[in-house]
Order: sequence, then structure tokens, then C-alpha cells
Amino acid sequence: MDSSKFSFSRIGRSKLSGDLIFEVVVGFFALGIIVLAFLLFRELFVGSSLSRDTFGTGFLATSTWDPVNEVFGALPFIFGTLVSSFLALIIAVPFSIGIAVYLSELAPEKLKYPLSFTIELLAAVPSVIIGLWGIFILAPFIRDYLAPPLSTYLGFLPLFQGPMYGLSMLTGGVILAIMIIPITSSISREVIMTVPTHQREAALALGATGWETTRIAVLPYARSGIFGAVILGFGRAIGETMAVTMVIGNSPRISESLFSPSYTMASVIANEFVEATSNLYISSLVEIGLLLLLISVIINIIARVLVWRLLKVEGGGRV
Amino acid sequence: MNRLKLILILILAGVLLAGCVIKPTEVQTTAQPIVPAVQPTKAPETVTLNGAGATFPYPLISKWSSEYNKMKPNVQINYQSVGSGAGIKQITARTVDFGASDAPLTEQEYANISSILQIPESIGAVVVAYNLPGVQSGVKLSGDVIADIFMGKITKWNDPRIVSLNPDIQFPEKEIIVAHRSDGSGTTFVFTDYLSAASPDWKSKVGKGKSVNWPAGLGGKGNEGVSGLLSQNPYAIGYIELAYAKLQNISYAYVRNKAGKFIEPTLESTASAAAGAVPTLPAGDASWSQVSIVDAPGDNSYPIGSFTYFLVYKDQIDQAKGKILAEFLWWAVHDGQKYSTDLLYVPLPAEVISLNEKTIKLMNYNGQPLIQDK
Repeated sequence: MDSSKFSFSRIGRSKLSGDLIFEVVVGFFALGIIVLAFLLFRELFVGSSLSRDTFGTGFLATSTWDPVNEVFGALPFIFGTLVSSFLALIIAVPFSIGIAVYLSELAPEKLKYPLSFTIELLAAVPSVIIGLWGIFILAPFIRDYLAPPLSTYLGFLPLFQGPMYGLSMLTGGVILAIMIIPITSSISREVIMTVPTHQREAALALGATGWETTRIAVLPYARSGIFGAVILGFGRAIGETMAVTMVIGNSPRISESLFSPSYTMASVIANEFVEATSNLYISSLVEIGLLLLLISVIINIIARVLVWRLLKVEGGGRV
Repeated sequence: MNRLKLILILILAGVLLAGCVIKPTEVQTTAQPIVPAVQPTKAPETVTLNGAGATFPYPLISKWSSEYNKMKPNVQINYQSVGSGAGIKQITARTVDFGASDAPLTEQEYANISSILQIPESIGAVVVAYNLPGVQSGVKLSGDVIADIFMGKITKWNDPRIVSLNPDIQFPEKEIIVAHRSDGSGTTFVFTDYLSAASPDWKSKVGKGKSVNWPAGLGGKGNEGVSGLLSQNPYAIGYIELAYAKLQNISYAYVRNKAGKFIEPTLESTASAAAGAVPTLPAGDASWSQVSIVDAPGDNSYPIGSFTYFLVYKDQIDQAKGKILAEFLWWAVHDGQKYSTDLLYVPLPAEVISLNEKTIKLMNYNGQPLIQDK
């Protein structure tokens, strides 16, 4: 409602015309999103009240998830979500920055377009397809070819101990990494492309090689933007549901080993919501949804602030 | 003129906004039944019965729906396989004409819905499936052994308790990989119901439900997730629906029943279990929460099975529609049963059909029965 009043006063009576209709309609759409987001939050908050009253903050710290006896704790799911997403970042970030640097600094014009198109196409693959590929190809591959050398050479770390059945935290992390590479690499590329040319020219004029130019002049300048892109990828990884559900093993236990099955917040909602009938059970799942929303919102805010800060600096430099 | 325009726009915006604000809070269930707003005006008028619920009977119900529509072109049956839980929610909210559930209503659910009837429509069996290289179907297992495998107490295939049941099979000294369903499911309910009946330890530590706190193993989503785990991991064991195992050619175990015999899961041995349980079945309008055909008596009874139910209101609020619903249900539990076998569902035994007849006759509109003696 505010926006319509605002537009009325700004345009004034003399200009009432199609423009006004346009402004009202468009403003209404924009407002609708805010209202929707608020309602979503409210719905989750109200829906989880039973669970919040019953378990209190213990919900965050309990690792039992027992629908039969109605004892619910979200810790294994929070753990699974955060660890699998971090793992995805560790794998995806070097790839993404490499792709971004190549596309913006090094790739010949002929390759640039098809390559970035292909990478963005990866983002369009439905996640259930990636999940199926994960079950039938990636999981056996990791079990047979990646896990054995890891446990042989790095088996002294608790991370790579224990039996590996294919479906595991590691597989979940790899799948997530594949899914976030498109977004992190394409935003990183955009950010690197905003680095003013005079930065590069200055470095080159000082006699820097291509690698040195990228390292000294380009990457530091784009640092916070790339960091923002990474965090956006992290946000995507946290919310990803289908593919990760299919390969992570869905076992709500906290284990040091990446070879053990795990469980994420999004997965438990997807798995159990449909057949959950008791009120406390539903309410607990809704509370997990609320936590997931809060984590995503916080992460996205951090990312936006970082990208925005960079763009402001960059804009100031150019004028 | 312009001012009028503006006012109109504002009113329109207000109405739209109000719509936005009210709708999302009202809509609790995601899947709304599709009720055609405009019905074709030709006679006889088309009547649509909407149903929602379990995924397990979906192929059978959709077969019924198309066959019944061939017989009575004016009756259209829509069934959404949204899961038993969602089906129960929708019938409770009266957003559908019938629900379907793989598990009987719990005491609490039954108490929440006034005058609900539970009508067994078909029977499903769950098999203990495995991937043992070189070993076909037919490994003999007993309930306590299965329970201990799924609790992580028996961890190797050559465990003496497995070997002693199968003296003629050479078991490898391999770790058993346990696979279970990760999504809430009627299949899990049946399986854990059986394990609770077979093992006091399972009953006290894990219990029965559509999702349980699994002490061991990996979770796969759906029958396909579990069978995927089985096919990819040699030495894995899991549980899936009988029909799925047969269609996918997955090896499964023979399970020891109450009479001490090892029974192959088949349509006949499951039907026999259902028939064995008939004397204990309650009336259609009573609570069925204690009904279970797992570990049923009878020499040939396969012990891991369950009814799958239609849920309908005893007191219908629309006479014409209620009558059509009652006729459809009557047809489904009689003539409809002949489609079961082809689709690998277990046909209802005669004893259950006659119980269902009594139940369907309870359906009424303002006290008038909707279906007469046939």
C-alpha cells in the first residue's frame, strides 16, 4: 500500500495515465514478494510453536530423531547440512575461481561463449537427474576409486576412516560441489570482469606476467565479490534437497568420518513430511524448515553485503 | 475521469492484495483436489470422486479408476498418491471423497475423525531382499535374526545364527550392509510392525512406525532407492514391496512364520496370512489401530504383510455422490479384485470381502443406507 501512495504523490495529478497504472501494478508485485516472504516466515514460526514449546533450545542440541517415541532433535541434520555444504565449497571454490579466471582473463573469444554457456547449462539440469546420476555412477565411482586411495594415504585422519558404501557425506559433498560450481563460477566471472582494465594495464606495465597480473591486480580487487559468490554457492548448497537426499545415505548420526552416511535438514523434510501425522512430528519438521530458512537468509545477507560493497568500490573507482 | 481510474486501480490492487494475504495462511495441504468448476452439461452428469493417499495401492486404484470409467462413463475417479499421511489429513479435512492408507488409523487419528470407515481394499507384502553374489532367493531367516541384523547386532553374513538356519548355503565372511527406507512409508510401517512382533528387543528399542529411528544402515528414498542400494552394494540387505522385488528380479528371503515354517513371499502365502487374521478383525466403523496381519497364524502364512485401506465417511453429506462412492467401493472389493493378481497385489480373501460388505452398507445419508442388499 505504501508504494501506491508514494507513486501517487510523486507523479502528481496532472500525469495520471498509463504510467501510473504501470507503477501501481509493478509496485504491487514487488510488495507482494515482501508480503509473501513475511507470511512464509510467520507460517513456519507459528507451525513450529508446538515443537519449540516442547523441546525449547534443546531441539538444537539433541541428536535423537525418533518419530515412534516422538523425541526430536535437529543436531544431526544441522551438522549434516553445514558439513556437506562446507565440503562442497572446499571442492567447488578452486574449480569455480579457476573457471572464472580462465573465462575472463585467458580464454580465447571463440571459446568464451560456448564454455560459459555449458557451465550455466549445468545449473539447468534438474536436481533429480543429478541425483540419479549420483546414485548410479558417482557413488560407485567414489566407493571404488576415490575412497580406497583416500583411506590408504590419509587413513590416519578420522575423516577417512571406516567402511565406505558409496552413499556418504563425501558423495553428498561432491554432488553439491557440482551443483554450485555454475553459480559460483559465473558470479565470480562477472565480478572479475568488473575489475577495471587500468588495474591490469598497470600491472602489465610494471612487467608482470599474466599469472602475476591475475594474482596481484585482479584477484585482490575482486576478492570480496568472489567471496560473495562463494557464499551464494554455500546458500545454494544448504537448500539443495533432492540430489543430496539421494546420495547422502539419510542416517541421522554424527560421525567424524566423511565415509559415513549423514542427513541434511532439507532431506529430512523431503523424506518425512508427507507421512508425518502426529502434531509434534509435523511441528518438529516445520521447525527444521524455520532453522533452514534462518540459516539461508543470514548467509544470503552476508553474501549480498559483500557483493554490494565491492560494486560500490568499483563504481566509485570508475567515475 | 483520471481520478476514477486511479480509484479503480487501487481497489483492484486492494482486492488482489487481500487475496494474497488470506490465501497462503488458509492453504495448509499442498495438494488440493481438482474439482472441475464447470461440468459438462450433457446428461448423464459426470460425477468426479476425488481420493488421495498411499502410494502403494496407486497402480491398482488407477486401474480400477479406468476400468470403472469404462463401465460407467459418467463416473470419474481421481486418485492422488500423495502418501498415507497426506491422505489421512485430506480426508480429515473433507477435501477428498475417500482417503487411502497403508496403515490403519492410530487411536488418536481415529478419535480425530468422526464416523470414519476403514475398508481393506488390498493386501501388500514386504520382502526381505538381499544382494548376495552367487545366492538366489531362498535364504531362510527368522524374525529375531532379521531384527538383529537391522539393529546392527548381527554384522556378518557368516554369523552362526544365519548359518544355522541355512546349513546348506556357504556364506562369505562379509559385513552386512543394511538398507532401509529414508522416507516415511507404509512399507516401513509393515516391516517394523513385523519386527516388533518378532523381537521384544526391537519393540522396546525401536518400535513400529512409518519412520523410525534406525539403529543401523543406510537410507534410500523409496523402493527404488532401497533396491538401488541393494543392486550397487554386494552383501546388502533391505526390505521392499513384494511386487517391486518380483518386477525387478531381486533376491529375497523365506521368512519363518508363527508355525515355524519358512515361507516364500507370494500372493497366496500373503492372502493366507490375511485369512488367518480375519477372526480378530473389528467392525468397519470401529478402531482398527490394533489390526495387524504380521506373524499371522496358519501353516502357509507369510508373516510380513498388511492390509491397505480405503478411508470413507460413514455419514455422507451428498446423497448422489455418496451413493456413487458406495457403489464404486462395492465394485472395487468384489469385481475389482480380479485385477489384483496381474498387478502383483494380493486379492482379498472371501472372509474380508464379506466383512467389507457389512462396512459399506453402513454408509448412509441422513440415516438412509446408500447401498441396498445385493
